[in-house]
Amino acid sequence: MKILTGNDLKSGAVTWWDGVQWSLHVNDAVDVGEHADAILAREQAAQRVNAAYMIEAEKDLEGVRPAHIKDRIRALGPTVRADLTLKPADPEARDWVI
Amino acid sequence: MGDVQFRFRDDEPVSDPGVTVDVFGAQTNAAAVRLEPGDDARDLLPHLDRLKLIEVNFPMFTDGRGFSSARVLREAGYIGELRAVGELPVDHLALLRRCGFDAFAPEPPVNPADAENAFARWDDVYQPTTDGRVPIWAKRHG
Amino acid sequence: MYKYDNYDQAMVDTRVEEFRDQVKRRLEGHLSEDHFKPLRLQNGLYLQLHAYMLRVAVPYGTLSSVQMRALGDIADRYDRGYGHFTTRQNIQYNWIKLEETPDLLAELAAVEMHAIQTSGNCIRNISSDQYAGAAADEIVDPRPYAELLRQWSSFHPEFLVLPRKFKIAVIASETDRAAMKLHDIGIRMVRNSAGEIGAAFYVGGGMGRTPMIAPLVREFVPLDQLVTYAEACLRVYNRYGRRDNKYKARIKILVHELGKDEYTRQVEEEFALLLTQGIEPPLAELERIKTHFTDPPFEVGAPEAVDRSDPDFALWLDSNVEAHKQPGYAIATISLKPVGGIPGDASADQIRLMADLGLQYSFDELRVTHAQNIVLPHVRKADLFALWQQLEANGLGTPNLDAIDDIIACPGLDYCSLANARSIPVAQKLSERLAPRRAEIGELKLKISGCINACGHHHAGHIGILGVDRKGTENYQLLLGGCEGDDTSLGTITGPGFSEDGIVDAVEKATEVYLSNKQGEERFLDTYRRVGMAPFKEAIYG
Repeated sequence: MKILTGNDLKSGAVTWWDGVQWSLHVNDAVDVGEHADAILAREQAAQRVNAAYMIEAEKDLEGVRPAHIKDRIRALGPTVRADLTLKPADPEARDWVI
Repeated sequence: MGDVQFRFRDDEPVSDPGVTVDVFGAQTNAAAVRLEPGDDARDLLPHLDRLKLIEVNFPMFTDGRGFSSARVLREAGYIGELRAVGELPVDHLALLRRCGFDAFAPEPPVNPADAENAFARWDDVYQPTTDGRVPIWAKRHG
Repeated sequence: MYKYDNYDQAMVDTRVEEFRDQVKRRLEGHLSEDHFKPLRLQNGLYLQLHAYMLRVAVPYGTLSSVQMRALGDIADRYDRGYGHFTTRQNIQYNWIKLEETPDLLAELAAVEMHAIQTSGNCIRNISSDQYAGAAADEIVDPRPYAELLRQWSSFHPEFLVLPRKFKIAVIASETDRAAMKLHDIGIRMVRNSAGEIGAAFYVGGGMGRTPMIAPLVREFVPLDQLVTYAEACLRVYNRYGRRDNKYKARIKILVHELGKDEYTRQVEEEFALLLTQGIEPPLAELERIKTHFTDPPFEVGAPEAVDRSDPDFALWLDSNVEAHKQPGYAIATISLKPVGGIPGDASADQIRLMADLGLQYSFDELRVTHAQNIVLPHVRKADLFALWQQLEANGLGTPNLDAIDDIIACPGLDYCSLANARSIPVAQKLSERLAPRRAEIGELKLKISGCINACGHHHAGHIGILGVDRKGTENYQLLLGGCEGDDTSLGTITGPGFSEDGIVDAVEKATEVYLSNKQGEERFLDTYRRVGMAPFKEAIYG
C-alpha cells in the first residue's frame, strides 16, 4: 500500500494521513493509491502538514508497517529509548521496528 | 524581470536594460550591464567610470555569489546604481544592502511591510562594509 | 571566559526577534518552507526524524555553570529531559516544537547563549582545544582568537549563502586536540622566529564523502591581519566553490581541484586587495577580548598530593585526569559514555549537577569536547576525590577517557533523517562487550557514523565504523588506522561490511590482533601502523 507521512508544522510530530486528517499513529494510515501527489499538494499548501512524502507500507495483523526501517523508527520513536517512544510499556515494539 | 521595488539613491533611475557582460564588452556606449552568478565582477573594473547601472542577477536565492560580486564592485570604487534582481527573499534584503546594493527588484515582489522591518532590523553590525555603518569593534574603541 | 557587552547582547536579542517574526510569517502562511528552511537552519533548527531538533552553540566548547544549568532547564522545559553533546562541541535537543523555539532562544539569550549559524550554508560554531587555558603545552590560549573570529563570522552579510557549510577550528599547541586539519579552515597559533605570535592557516580539510587533510596555505598570518586573511579565504570560496553538486560543494573540493598553490595564489591576491579596505578590528579589540581569558585566581602552593587508596578513584585518576599548567591543579574529564549507554547524552539532572560541579570545583567553567565528554579544566588536586565521588554517584564517573568504550557516535538512524543506519545500538553493544577489557586494550579511539556525512568522525577513528544501507538493511563498514591528531590520517576500509552483530565481533577480533602483535607500549594505532592491514583482514574475514 502507499501511505503518506510528514511532520506537523508547529510541533514537528510525525504524522500519517488517515484519509481525513493527519494522525500521530501509523496504524491509522490509509492507502492513497494514485492520489498521493494531489493530497500532498493540497495538505502542504494548507499547512496541515510539513515535509510530507509517500512511502510503501504493508498491512499486517498488527496494523500498518512501513517498508523502510527509517519510517518505522519515525512511527515509534528511537529504538534506544523505549521510554521516549509511543509504546513505552510494550516490550515487542522495538522488534516491530527492526 | 521584476520592477525596482526599493531604491536608496537620490539620482534618477537608469532605464537602460542591463546588457550581458559579453555584449557590454563589445558595445562601447552601453552604460548598464547585468552580471550573472558565474560572471567575474572584476571583468567590469576597467569600465566602472562609464557604468551607471550594474544589475546582479540572483536566479536562485540559494546561490550567494552575487553578494561577493557586489562587495568587489563597491570596494573597487563603483558608485553607480547596484541593483539586485531575481529571487530576493525579504530575509536577504538587509544583507544585500550591506554588501553594497542600493536598488532591489525582487521577482516575485515582496511584502513592503516585511521589507521595511527587514531593512531596519539591526541597530548594529559586527563587520564593516562599504555601506559606511560603523562596526561594533569601532564603537568599542572610539 | 567571554562575557557579552551591551552590543553582543543586543545582537543575540535582535536575532531572537528576527526569528520570532520569521516563525510567525511561516505559521501564518506568508513564508514558504523552501524560504523558511534556510532561515531556521541558521537558527539551529532542523526538521529531524521525530520532531524539530535544535542545535545550541557552545562557542569553542566553553561555558559557565549558569549556562550549563540553563541547558539543563531547557531540556526539562522544552524537551524530554535530556540533551546530546556533539562532535562539534555543541548540544542538541531532539524534541523541540517550532512554535516554542523563539521563547527557547530568548531564554538562551538571557544567559548569553544562542543557536546562531549552527546549521545552514554559513560559517558554523568555531571549535577549539578543550584544554585551552589549562594545558601546559599551548603557546597562548586559542580562545580569544576564536572569539574574534566568532564575531567576525556572525551575521557576516557576504557569507550567509555559501555553497555549503563552513567549519573552523582554532588551536594553539603542537598537539592537536581539536582535529584541526579536518576542518574547512584549521588555525594553529604559532610563534615565528622573531618570537611574535601569529596564525598558521590550513585550508581544505574535512570528512564526509571525500575526506581530506587540510594543506598548509599560509605559515604565518600576523595578529593584525587575521580577520582579513580569513575573509580572503572565504571570499574565494564563496565566488568559486562548486554550486552544481551538493556533494562537491565544500572548500576541500575547491582546494583539491584548483590545487593548493593556485587556491593560495587566489587567496593572497584577494588578501592584498582586502588589506586596503580597513576590515580588520584594531589590536585593541583582541586585547579587550583577551581580558576575559586571563587565568582564574589559582591558589598558589595548592597541594600536589592525591590520596590514591580508593582503587576505583585511582582508576579514574589515571584515566580521566590530565596534567595542568598550574602546580596543584588538574584537568578532569567527565565521561558521558557509561558502559552500554548512549554516547554524549546527559539527563537534565546530570547537566545541572555538572553545572554545580563546574562552579564548585572549576572556577565556574566547563568545556564540551569533540569526543562528546565534558571537561572541568581547573580542578585543585585536593578536590579530585570529592569531585569523583559526586560523579560516581551520578553515572558520570566512568574511567574511560580515550579508551575503547569512550566511543564517539553520531545520533544515527534513531534520530537523524540523513542516516542510513543506527549507530547508537552498535556503540552500546561494543561498549558492553569490550569495556571489561578496557585496561588491557588501552588507548583506542572508536568512532561511529550512521552515514557518509561522517558526523561521528569515523574517518579519524583508530577504529572507525560507517553505517550504510545495503538493499534496505543496515550494514556496517569497518575502517582502521584513522587519527585526528598531529599525525592526522584517514582510516582504511577493511573489506566487505557486516551486520550489527558482525561488526561487534569484527571490532573485537581487531583488538585481539592488536594484543597478539603488540610490541612494548604500542597503542592499537601504533601496532596497526607497524604491521599494516593484512593481519587484521586475515583475522576478521578468515
